[in-house]
Amino acid sequence: MKRRTLIAGALGAPLVAGRAVASPPADALRGTGDLALVIERAAGRALVFETTTPAMLHRVDGLGDMSHASAVFSRDARYAFVFGRDGGLSKIDLLRGTLVARVVQSGNSIGGAISQDGRVVAVSNYDPGGVRLFDAATLAPLGDIPAIGADGTRSKVVGLVDAADGLLCFALYDAGEIWTADIADPRAPKVMRYRDVGRLPYDGIATPDGRFYVAALFGEDGVALLDLWSPERGVRRILDGYGRGEEPLPVYKMPHLEGWASVGPYGFLPAVGRHEILVVSLEAWREVDRIAVHGQPVFAIARPDGRQVWVNFAHPHNDVVQVIDVPSRRIVATLRPGRAVLHMEFAPRGEQVWLSVRDADRIDVYDPRRLERLTSLPAEKPSGIFFTARAGRVGY
Amino acid sequence: MRRDSSWSEATLIAFLLLGGAAAADEPPPALRQRELRHLLDHDCGSCHGLTRRGGLGPALSASALADRDDDFLIDTILFGRRGTPMPPWATELSRVDARFLVEMLRGR
Repeated sequence: MKRRTLIAGALGAPLVAGRAVASPPADALRGTGDLALVIERAAGRALVFETTTPAMLHRVDGLGDMSHASAVFSRDARYAFVFGRDGGLSKIDLLRGTLVARVVQSGNSIGGAISQDGRVVAVSNYDPGGVRLFDAATLAPLGDIPAIGADGTRSKVVGLVDAADGLLCFALYDAGEIWTADIADPRAPKVMRYRDVGRLPYDGIATPDGRFYVAALFGEDGVALLDLWSPERGVRRILDGYGRGEEPLPVYKMPHLEGWASVGPYGFLPAVGRHEILVVSLEAWREVDRIAVHGQPVFAIARPDGRQVWVNFAHPHNDVVQVIDVPSRRIVATLRPGRAVLHMEFAPRGEQVWLSVRDADRIDVYDPRRLERLTSLPAEKPSGIFFTARAGRVGY
Repeated sequence: MRRDSSWSEATLIAFLLLGGAAAADEPPPALRQRELRHLLDHDCGSCHGLTRRGGLGPALSASALADRDDDFLIDTILFGRRGTPMPPWATELSRVDARFLVEMLRGR
């Protein structure tokens, strides 16, 4: 038995050595639960990894302008929908590593969402400002929600997510509004508009249960909050004046709310124009603490068990990642993986966290418990990292 | 002490004016040019798009900037734009650097 294995290994070796990727036989059955999609932003490409070995399975080219690209997954985690900056919406078969459909649906877009039932993919557009709806099976167009604010002009759309009761939620950057859309009939979306929520909402997120939609403001110190269990009560302002009237510091990269996972009763939120993480009570919706960090935070991502929050930073501090110990709210590690750490993603059970280190052309895989690097994987100017475990989560 | 300080400040200002004027005509050294190109693609690109077609910030294509003069663009880079997310870059970019970025934006 052992001898046979050795022979098989020896015969197989030349084939494997000649390949750039560790790819199993094409007819081998496998699941998709441990896969990850990594965006190579400058190359217009996505890489598919299995995260157990870990090893790269596929390269998928032809995705267009992948700056600020993001992805959502079909409910069976077989397909990824990738949103490009140039308005491109691409559907990737993760098992075959192929591009199965692609549409260029606007001039300029900024991410998207998949509906609760998995049938509709929604894209948020800057130009022309609005949300467009597509059939998840074919990418055929279904509906269009032009984002025309109270002043009659079109607005860029940011922070598009799916939330409770099958709603889509998004914010109008220029108009300062939050809208929700019931897309049970995607050809005739029912839109609710909340005006005057604050100046320049730049990103939005649903809480992990999908009940609350939270939009962060750039134009003033504060956050807009919508409780989808009681939408008739309208949008509330929370954390007003968290900057205490001080002049904000320059922001060289806009923070993101994604990953603002609740940690027990608390949320950890990047402050805007301040080198701080705000700790917010998710019951009282009040600031309970703030933690000084190395620079302008971009992402604050919680380990799935909530024990740690990992923080990366805007230029010129983007070579550093800090780890906050949640119980003590202290920084327990300052890592320097390399220049331009753009994104971080935890495996769903938290035994590894992947960091994209753009200027080093590398994905670093860390063990969060020991705070040690486990391995590195080559990738050309990597940015977003998306594990398929997102397929089952509201708001992703 | 106070007098010395004033004198040296005056000297410094004169030096900067003369030196600055002379240096502004010269492009940055090759290594710095590579850094600036990288900054333009990736850091400016995070708001204005990798291909400069715009994002949360406006498009920076040559045609989009055609009616803006060089000094306006250089000042915008160095000092930012109040009331917008455009930050001031003067802490890490010189006027020479900013001028070179404008040249690249104009496709010269």
